[in-house]
Amino acid sequence: MTRPSESDLPAVVVDDVSKTFRKPHEQVHTLKERVLHPLKRTGHDDFEALKNVSFAVPRGEFFGIVGRNGSGKSTLLKCMAGIYSVDSGDIYVNGRVSTFIELGVGFNPDLAARDNVALNAIMLGLNPKEARERFDRVIRFAELEEFVDLKLKNYSSGMQVRLAFSVMIEVDADILLIDEVLAVGDAAFQQKCFDVFHRMKDEGRTILFVTHDMGSVRKFCDRALLIERGETQMIGKPDEVASNYLELNFGREVSAEGVQTERYGDQSAEIVEAWFEDEHGERATMIPQGETCSFKTRVAFHEDADHPTFAVLLENDAHQPLFATSTEGVHRSFKDGEEAVFSVTFENWFTPGRLLASPWVIRGENDLFDRRPRLASIVVTGKRNTGALVDLPHDVSLETGSGEKLTARVTS
Amino acid sequence: MASRADVSSVYGRRIRGPSALGGDMRRFLHLTWTLAVTDFKLRFFGSILGYFWQLMRPLMLFAVLYFVFTEFVRIGRQAPNFAVVLLLGIVTFGFFADATAGSISSVVDRENLVRKIHFPRMVIPLSVVLTAYFNFLVNLFAVAVFALANGVMPRLTWLEFPVLILILGLWAVGLAMLLSALYVKARDVHPIWEVVTQAMFYAAPVIYPIEAIPKPAWGHIVMLNPLAVIIEQNRHAVIDPGAPTAIDAMAASWNIAIPAGIVLVSIVLGFWMFNREAPKIAESI
Repeated sequence: MTRPSESDLPAVVVDDVSKTFRKPHEQVHTLKERVLHPLKRTGHDDFEALKNVSFAVPRGEFFGIVGRNGSGKSTLLKCMAGIYSVDSGDIYVNGRVSTFIELGVGFNPDLAARDNVALNAIMLGLNPKEARERFDRVIRFAELEEFVDLKLKNYSSGMQVRLAFSVMIEVDADILLIDEVLAVGDAAFQQKCFDVFHRMKDEGRTILFVTHDMGSVRKFCDRALLIERGETQMIGKPDEVASNYLELNFGREVSAEGVQTERYGDQSAEIVEAWFEDEHGERATMIPQGETCSFKTRVAFHEDADHPTFAVLLENDAHQPLFATSTEGVHRSFKDGEEAVFSVTFENWFTPGRLLASPWVIRGENDLFDRRPRLASIVVTGKRNTGALVDLPHDVSLETGSGEKLTARVTS
Repeated sequence: MASRADVSSVYGRRIRGPSALGGDMRRFLHLTWTLAVTDFKLRFFGSILGYFWQLMRPLMLFAVLYFVFTEFVRIGRQAPNFAVVLLLGIVTFGFFADATAGSISSVVDRENLVRKIHFPRMVIPLSVVLTAYFNFLVNLFAVAVFALANGVMPRLTWLEFPVLILILGLWAVGLAMLLSALYVKARDVHPIWEVVTQAMFYAAPVIYPIEAIPKPAWGHIVMLNPLAVIIEQNRHAVIDPGAPTAIDAMAASWNIAIPAGIVLVSIVLGFWMFNREAPKIAESI
């Protein structure tokens, strides 16, 4: 068999890996308990953290591993790092691996920066000589020259993060396993991190990155793996993975049904159900940004109603009102036993996230028939997340003094 | 058909889970050394009087014991250089107690490392014993000054001392592995071991010369304690050539097999136990 040259090999191969945690119902922590209750068998739960996960990451790829809390993504990373042993399957790597599950592993608050840098660097795989040689560079990058002899406990948390990060980038690993270390910093720091990761990627290093921030997956990853309950849901383009993740995260919880049981009004006109539809008139739980969709609600009248008004309010997850409208101006009276479907059709220019709809039916100014807060929901998917509430299609342009004009149409 | 080994050569280096040893030997040594030095520094320079306290502990104990065993209980009086013997005994016992007691919770205390980076788990108990060695060296300096001041002369038999201390250290490593692995499962290893060390202190000729025991049979039992063998042999080789050797103090020379066996069994059992637990430590703490 001819052996492929090293550069042809994938950086990481995960082959059919499974991992089960055995959690006892009651942790027996002392000999005394064992001696006093020798026959007591405490049961245990088996928790399958990973089920037959397989994938390969080629050299130089920025690979995202995404999933909800408890989906097994961090367990997978720890198995790759060799911190957990796997129950079955194999993991292979090509090159030096460094794991960043936390910034500044081994930092001791009672030691000065110099000792901590050495400690951390050695933990991450440098030898003491390399650690000493790179100390000045680490300190310079962290901009902490004046505080070299200060004990770490007297550093601000920002300074500690800077120091830890500067050590991290000095580590010569070919493969970096990163577990949401970036969650600690502010936006500027995260940007700095990603700049560094990109530089590392350009140098041919491979980066595996665990996160649940879809923004960074879209922005930085070449490919991503979506993991749910220990199983591979999909491996593919960041956009598709991110959309699937959003659906998993919001879709399951609410599907097309409501989330609230709160209800107001006398229900003489009853809101029976509410849902969203896509542009083809199919009920939907997800809608891509920019497409047309409709909110609909069915109302049954149990009494005669004189000129009722139908209304709806759309909110986001933070319960910020985004949009409201009503049938004010569309007047009709309903008889007992009649039904009506109230619908609002709109182009969806909301930013990705969940939309919650609260419909109500009212007579006159404030005589409430029925109001059901957050009865229906839908998840907006999209590539651009600006952090704002809506993302309208728009033009941007730049005009220079010499009359040159640059224009671009922006749609998500 | 490709065997497992072939596959692994095609895909690259296979990641094995955590283990006691294994991996790059140089990294193993670097890590052990760094952890030990850091711990030592923290204790030594942790307070302004770090070195002072490091010395004060055995010296204070020495002062009290010396007074009691020469003035109240007069068993120390007949032995030549009893003061030096006592101090060396205290310092030697101190090393053993430091190394073993310190190791018990070491793996659990370093949870932060165990759960976040991949390294051979044996680094942890080993670094505890190494730190104890550093402290021992510092204390030994004081013992040496005290011995020379008391007229103890350097002799060729001093060469036995490092060998004996190495054996004691190996025993401590064996126990450190055993205790730290057990502690992950059973937290009451701590008080149990405290009692055992206390017993071992009295079952070793530290505060009394071995020949001063009225019933020789008791002395023979004491000499089955490996710690007693090391302390007695040190007394003979380093301080008082007139004192009985460890073998002399035994009922028969073959009796040496028992303490030697205890040391060997501790090391083998400790390694076996630690090696068995190492892959699971990260999950169970």
